Amino acid sequence: MEAISLLPLMTLLQLVFDTLLGFALLWLAWRALASPELFQAIVLFIAFGLLMALAWVRLDAPDVALAEAAIGAGLTGALLLATLARLEVKNRAKSELEKKHEVRVITEKSKHQTFFFLLRMLLFMVVATGLVYAVLTLPENTSGLAMPVLENLESSGVSNPVTAVLLNYRGYDTLLELSVLLLALLGVWSFGGIPKPYRSFPGPVLNMLSRLLIPLLIMVAGYLLWVGAHAPGGAFQGGSVLGAAGVLLLLVGWRLGTRFVGLPLRITLVFGVGIFVSAGVVFILLGRQFLEYPPSFAGVLILLIEAAATLSIGITLAALFLGGRPEFRRHK
Amino acid sequence: MLLSEFLTSVLLLAGAFFFLAGTVGLLRFPDVYTRLHALTKADNVGLGLMVLGLALQAESWAVAGKLLLIWLLVLLSSASVAHLIAKAARQKGIEPWKQ
Repeated sequence: MEAISLLPLMTLLQLVFDTLLGFALLWLAWRALASPELFQAIVLFIAFGLLMALAWVRLDAPDVALAEAAIGAGLTGALLLATLARLEVKNRAKSELEKKHEVRVITEKSKHQTFFFLLRMLLFMVVATGLVYAVLTLPENTSGLAMPVLENLESSGVSNPVTAVLLNYRGYDTLLELSVLLLALLGVWSFGGIPKPYRSFPGPVLNMLSRLLIPLLIMVAGYLLWVGAHAPGGAFQGGSVLGAAGVLLLLVGWRLGTRFVGLPLRITLVFGVGIFVSAGVVFILLGRQFLEYPPSFAGVLILLIEAAATLSIGITLAALFLGGRPEFRRHK
Repeated sequence: MLLSEFLTSVLLLAGAFFFLAGTVGLLRFPDVYTRLHALTKADNVGLGLMVLGLALQAESWAVAGKLLLIWLLVLLSSASVAHLIAKAARQKGIEPWKQ
């Protein structure tokens, strides 16, 4: 009896919570964009990512929530902060140089500025109109592809529909996502070696924290990878936790031994994409389509691909945090 | 209402009160050190009470164990991060508030 009488109250509370969450997200997004100070903007962006993860939980999408919290808030935040630290070092050097030579930077407000402002507004209007049009023309009351996905779940090799979509039905997308991550790292590496490292004194607390957390993070990455077959989790979530372990290691001053920086590191970085593509190609040779797995061992294959992808994603994210190509001496 | 549900409600409300106190401290205290003090300590207790309250409703011991693990991890990280922020503030030369 009591449970029934409490029901409208609970719905109301949820509605209030969702509304607050929605407005908080909009406000944080606006503040992050409008904030003049970069550090503040990054902190707001991280807060935005965490609230966004909460929003995904409210939308019953725990897989996306995990990825958003780990990559969107955690690792992107760490990458942005690392970039900011380097920018500050660079700016300080630049402003000292300018002081020395008494270079005066003259900023002129020109007609170009108003022109670009109008251009930006136009672009904004076009995008906004497009979005409104897309939302208004959404078909109502369709079940989408949920039913076909659930009906064919048995032949996908896993029981978590999200993993089935990501690794089996839409394997292309995940393969391309992995490639994008690899390309991003190649882009960073093509800028050259690691920028001059800012000195860090980790101190006993950070050292102790890393010792306690890193084994746990590696274990959690393995757990997320394994659990992805039948519950929220998977390669990207596991990989980003592994990447976080890498970032923590880099923060306490740990560096990969020069022995491993050359070929072993590069092989690990392309391992995920490599296994994924070879799995696809092998099935072409066996007379199937690219990435069309036979249902009998799709499960094992998905686990294999995800394990390779987890490792590659983790190492790639940590390498991105390092921000440059690690030096290694070629044997002459 | 069952006893466990009653206890859960009390613990959750107590936890929320500690979170509220920590947030008020964060907003009202004069400098970074006192704010850290208010935030981390109050939130750790608040989360502990909430975890305890939720563990009473857990379906299995495994779920209760996971909740406890979350609390322990937050304790570890919030204590360390509070120390690191305070250390960074000291290195930046921010003097503790005195009055």
